[in-house]
Amino acid sequence: MQRRLKIGVLCSRIRVEEKWIFGALEKRGIDFDRLDDRVISFNLDEASSWHQYDAVLERSISYTSGLYALRILNAFGVPTVNTLAVAEACGDKLTTSTLLMKASLPQPHNVVAFTPESALEALEKLGYPAVVKPVVGSWGRLLAKINDRDAAEAIFEHKATLGSTQHQVFYIQEYIEKPGRDIRAVVIGERVLTAMYRTSPHWITNTARGGEGELCPVTPEIEDLCLKAAQAVGGGVLAIDLIEHPQRGFLINEVNHTMEFHTLQPLSGIDIAGEIVDYAVNVASREVVQ
Amino acid sequence: MSTVTCPECAAEVTLEAGTEVGEIIVCPDCGVDLEVTVLEPAAVQLAPMEQEDWGE
Repeated sequence: MQRRLKIGVLCSRIRVEEKWIFGALEKRGIDFDRLDDRVISFNLDEASSWHQYDAVLERSISYTSGLYALRILNAFGVPTVNTLAVAEACGDKLTTSTLLMKASLPQPHNVVAFTPESALEALEKLGYPAVVKPVVGSWGRLLAKINDRDAAEAIFEHKATLGSTQHQVFYIQEYIEKPGRDIRAVVIGERVLTAMYRTSPHWITNTARGGEGELCPVTPEIEDLCLKAAQAVGGGVLAIDLIEHPQRGFLINEVNHTMEFHTLQPLSGIDIAGEIVDYAVNVASREVVQ
Repeated sequence: MSTVTCPECAAEVTLEAGTEVGEIIVCPDCGVDLEVTVLEPAAVQLAPMEQEDWGE
């Protein structure tokens, strides 16, 4: 008799997305374990206990925990959604930018420097206003819009004293006068499932920061761009964030590898959690080549 | 339906049906975030503060 598939769900804080994913697994009768990243541990000499999982779906709220768990699981030969390579590509914004650049995909202009002085010089050449982002971070946290040199000097000094070595990477992006919204599209495998506008009077449009969702038609242009962006970072279960530039058209702003979809699932009526589970099952059954 | 006591302000907080371990609830009295640590009997603790690498 063929063994039933078993899936591990790596998580910690249970958001509504994880509840929906657990529900989708239960609905499909799939055997699964919740793996709390604050509770589990790995012995690098003992991979065998992890081979009980045909795939692990990574939903850690902590990028660091998720990343290192994926590193170990992939080294153990356990398939994961997403893979370590995809998490590395998406979790660090500068890494994403370099991959988009290599794939010749449209994105905002970015400059990078490693000291406050060189960052100021690079920013002066890029021009004001500009946006400084931490290379690792989410939910619009610690983004700074810099309108002039005075603000730049203050922000860079603060970043330099924050302590974390990651804040010594000055990742600076041109500020784009978008039409009060950006676009979030969900890609699973080779399909763009759905998309929404995230509208906000604030320049940060994340729904985590109060941005509101409105369904966005997936035009052939959006579909093509999102599939190319997904391919550039390695593919899988991804949320692509697009900005509409008034002259240059759609630009890829970010690619998220452990996406939240609490706004988009009810808005679109699409069972995104179920689609993620189906994709994970395909990975577990080796129907998706990673 | 389970109730727990908020460790911050001692208010009685009712857990909705379908609450999961690891879920965050908000104390309606003091507004603090509480993490559900066990069910049956239910217990909560103050939720950890948001970390710099949290998100999607």
